[in-house]
Amino acid sequence: MIDLKAGVEAVLFSSDSALSMAKLEQIFGVDREELRLALQQLQHECQQDGRGVVLQEVAGGFQLRTRPEYAQWIMQLKRTRNMNLSRAATETLAIIAYRQPVTRAEIEALRSVDSGGIVRTLLEKDLVRVAGKKDAPGRPLIYATSTMFLEVFGLNSLADLPSLRDLRTDELEFESEMNFEPEEGEPR
Amino acid sequence: MSESPYAVKLSQFEGPLDLLLHLVQKNEMDIQDIQIATITAQYLEHLKHMKAQNIDVASDFLVMAATLLYLKSRTLLPVSRVETEQEEGVDPEEELKQRLLEYQRYKEGAQKLEQFPRLFRDVFPRPPLAQDDVDPPLAAEAQPLIDISVYDLVRAFSAVVRPRPTPPVHRINKGGISVTLGVRLLLQQLHGKERVSFQRCFTVATTRQEVVVQFVAMLELIRLQLLSFAQHTPGGMVYLYPSERIRKGCYADIEHMLDLKEHLDD
Repeated sequence: MIDLKAGVEAVLFSSDSALSMAKLEQIFGVDREELRLALQQLQHECQQDGRGVVLQEVAGGFQLRTRPEYAQWIMQLKRTRNMNLSRAATETLAIIAYRQPVTRAEIEALRSVDSGGIVRTLLEKDLVRVAGKKDAPGRPLIYATSTMFLEVFGLNSLADLPSLRDLRTDELEFESEMNFEPEEGEPR
Repeated sequence: MSESPYAVKLSQFEGPLDLLLHLVQKNEMDIQDIQIATITAQYLEHLKHMKAQNIDVASDFLVMAATLLYLKSRTLLPVSRVETEQEEGVDPEEELKQRLLEYQRYKEGAQKLEQFPRLFRDVFPRPPLAQDDVDPPLAAEAQPLIDISVYDLVRAFSAVVRPRPTPPVHRINKGGISVTLGVRLLLQQLHGKERVSFQRCFTVATTRQEVVVQFVAMLELIRLQLLSFAQHTPGGMVYLYPSERIRKGCYADIEHMLDLKEHLDD
C-alpha cells in the first residue's frame, strides 16, 4: 500500500530545494486536492509529534526545514551559508522589500546615508537582484528582492511581509503597486 | 579619551535620521509633536561627543544639524511670518516629520524581519548533494532553464579560482597566455558539445593566471553572443551553451570577430 503522505515526505526529504505544487503534481500524478490533503497531514504530524523538521511553504513551494530551536546544533556541522546581516543591511533590505522596484538614490533618501556598499553585499548574498534600469536621467539601476529573499525569510510571497505602520497620509499605498507574481523561475 | 557611555552608543547610529529617531524616542516624544528646540540641542550635543571621540562626523550629520538649526530659528519668528511661508511651499518641519515617520516605518519593518526564523541562521534545509559531477540529462531541458545574472557567474568563478593553491615551488613565468590563446583553449573544450559545465571549462588551466585568462576569454565569447549560460536548479551548477558557430567549429569567423575587436582597441 503506497501512502501519498509518506511519499510526499520522502520526495521532500530528498529534494534540496522547495518543490512547487505543479512539480509535486507532475511527480505523483494525482490531483491538487489530494496532494494538498497529504501536505496538510504531513505538516500537522510534524507539528504534533514535535519532530526536528517542519513542513514549510516558502517562495511558492514546499520544503522540509529544521526547527529554529535546533539551530545551535546544526551550526556545528559548519557547512552552511552565512546569512547574518548587519542592522544597516537588514534596514536596507527592508526598504528594498517594501518599496521595490527602487533605485539606490531612493534608498539613500530614505536612510539618509550612503548605501552603495550595503546594496552590493545584498546582491552578493543573492537576497536582492537588479530588476532593470529606471526610465529616468542617468538610467539608474533598480533593485528588487529575489526568490532567495523569500526562501531565506520563509515567506511564501511578498504579500506575507509583515505589515508596516500607517503613515496617516494620502499617499498611495505601495502594496497596490507591488507585483506579487514571482518573476524568476518557480522552484522545482 | 574619556570613557563616556557615548563611546559605545554612537557607533550604533546608521545615519542622522537614525540618531534623530533615537532622540525622539528617548524623550518620549511623538514625531507629530516633536519639540525642535530640545531635539536640536541634544542632536548638537551628540555631534560634539562624536568630534570629542575623534569619530569622523559624516557630512550627512552636518546637513541635518543645519536643517534642525533652521527649523529652530523659524520657531523664533512671529507666527504670521511662518504662516505666509507655509502657504508658499512645503513646510520644512512637516517634511522632516514625514521623513522621520517613513524612516521609522522601515526600521520597524526591518526589526520584524530580523525576528523571522532565517534560513541558514535559525532554520536549515537539506544541503545540495555533491551534485556537480552528475550533469542532469539534456532531455530534462524541456523544462525552462533558469535565467541567472552575472553575479551567479562570478560566484561560480570564485569556486573555481579558490581551490587552486599556488604550488610551493617558485617558478618564473614566461609571461602567461593571452586572451586570444585563452579563447582558443576554450573553443577546444567546447567543440562539438551541446553543453559544458562551468567547472569543466577550467580543467586545462594549471595556474591561477590561466584560470583568470580563461574566465576573461569566456566573458569575451559571451559578449560576442557566441556562448550563453544558465542554471538547472537555483544555486546549482552553471552550464555554458556554445552557439552553433562554436559547435560547428567556425573558428576563422570567431577569430575574425576577436581580431576586429583587438584592432579597435589599438
